[in-house]
Amino acid sequence: MSTMTSTSRTTTTPATGSAAQERETELQVAGRRARARRTAWVWTGRVGVAILVIGGWQWFTSAGWVDKFFYGQPSGIWDSLVRLFTQGTAFGTIWENLWITVQEAFLGFIAGTIAGVVIGILFGSNRYLASVFGPYIKIVNSIPRIVLGSIFIVAFGLGVLPKVLLAAVLVFFVVFFNAFQGVREVDQNLIANVRVLGASPFQVARHVTIPSAMTWIIASLHTAFGFAIIGALVAEVLGAQHGIGLIISQAQGNFDPNTVFACMVIVAVVTLIAEYLITLLEKALLKWRPPSRAESAQAL
Amino acid sequence: MGDQQPHTMTGSPGADQPAGIEIVGLTKRFLTPKGETFTAIHDVTLTVEPGQFCAIVGPTGCGKSTTLAQVSGLERPSAGSVSVGGRIVEGITSGVSYMFQADSLFPWKTVLGNVMIGPVLVGTPKKAAEKLALDWLRRVGLAGFEDRYPHQLSGGMRKRVAMAAALINNPRILLMDEPFGALDVQTKAIMQTELLGLWEELRPSVLFITHDLDEAVALSDRVVIMTSSPGTVKDVFDVDLPRPRGDVQEIRHEERFLEIQGRIWESLRDEVTRAYQQTAGAAA
Repeated sequence: MSTMTSTSRTTTTPATGSAAQERETELQVAGRRARARRTAWVWTGRVGVAILVIGGWQWFTSAGWVDKFFYGQPSGIWDSLVRLFTQGTAFGTIWENLWITVQEAFLGFIAGTIAGVVIGILFGSNRYLASVFGPYIKIVNSIPRIVLGSIFIVAFGLGVLPKVLLAAVLVFFVVFFNAFQGVREVDQNLIANVRVLGASPFQVARHVTIPSAMTWIIASLHTAFGFAIIGALVAEVLGAQHGIGLIISQAQGNFDPNTVFACMVIVAVVTLIAEYLITLLEKALLKWRPPSRAESAQAL
Repeated sequence: MGDQQPHTMTGSPGADQPAGIEIVGLTKRFLTPKGETFTAIHDVTLTVEPGQFCAIVGPTGCGKSTTLAQVSGLERPSAGSVSVGGRIVEGITSGVSYMFQADSLFPWKTVLGNVMIGPVLVGTPKKAAEKLALDWLRRVGLAGFEDRYPHQLSGGMRKRVAMAAALINNPRILLMDEPFGALDVQTKAIMQTELLGLWEELRPSVLFITHDLDEAVALSDRVVIMTSSPGTVKDVFDVDLPRPRGDVQEIRHEERFLEIQGRIWESLRDEVTRAYQQTAGAAA
């Protein structure tokens, strides 16, 4: 057999001469140039869009076609950002408030993810549990869970806990449905294979179900972190003593759209950083995947 | 561990002597989603002697795979019984390995991890399992590929990984469900020769499902013809080609091979035609 492979390998190697080599390098240079040109065009487009949107906004509001009292103005948002970071807010520095919001979102994210993964895998691998709880999960999923924030605040006060809970509830459903579906999609041949080899149910979960569902679970984490931030912010707007949500609701009371937009920018930066970290985690955990799929996912 | 001879290997529970398979009056009915019963196989009786290579040939949908599932203990028979090594199968049979047409490798494990899974599942320490797996990778000609992931390998290489993973526990019984069905002709012949070589070393009892009559005759000692809807055994042929058989591609031209192949084809032809007419009729 080994002789087979070696012969086939030698036959497929192209005949290399100096002329062929030159052609090869020429092709490589041309390819690299084409790629550089494409990247340059993409970035030109991206910057163009940013200039168009932000510049247009600034222009329309300065010209008075759009009232900056209601819709804010990019330069005003910038001033507001500078003020937030240099002078702080009525409730302490921006860093303190941001830290509290991030903490709430992060704790909610972790709690919701763990609950979602555990229950998702449990229901996914147990048909009876899935049939019994299926309708209830659907019912709970269809109620507007954001309203639960009011109940949590009434029940647990203005501290961190109600925010964490709301974030966790929002995250739970996203992760749960993905974990559940992921377990359902597991290759039954793989399960049969390890069962025949004598695997216990725990070993089946460890070697097959969980790694297989991991693709689905990780995909859901991107969306889930966004939901965690939303949960924390909404709960803060509903009632809090610290946090970005509180700054937003106060700015709303003062008719100050620029500060609201400034807070949006800050939260967007946090979410992007979290997204980046989740992508790193994804790459580490799913390094076994064929590169084409990972790359096409990166393209967006 | 890797240096031990097959018959003294004690890593896995069933890894002693090859066990015969005795299937008596096996019937399996399924409940369709509509609540009707569907008989996949009906009253199947066949025997595989210890260490024998037995092929099951038949048209699509004649319950070949269902028969294997009963032998492995993954499914319970509706009637009749399967015994392995003289013991009735209840629950998962020990010392069995499965090989499917789709290469059922773990895409998230490396080649080494895939081969190691067998010993790890029966509780072999990690170091020993790794050593054994490396030895098996060498035996199937994949030394140096241990760190690759399955998607980085060709179809033939993936099959070899699957073969190493199936044989590493030194099974008493090897169940193969069209293992080479998806391979191109050349790779298929190479894999068949390799399988025969490894089988002649370890000598597990083999139940080998295939569509390919040539493959069945070239590899096995016994060929079982099954008919479709419901699946039953139609004929059993013993193949007395001498062993070791060497290169599978060369056997195909031997006179004795052609003679046996022709005899079995007579029996199979009616079945294939009938099954084809049925599906064509259903489609029309």
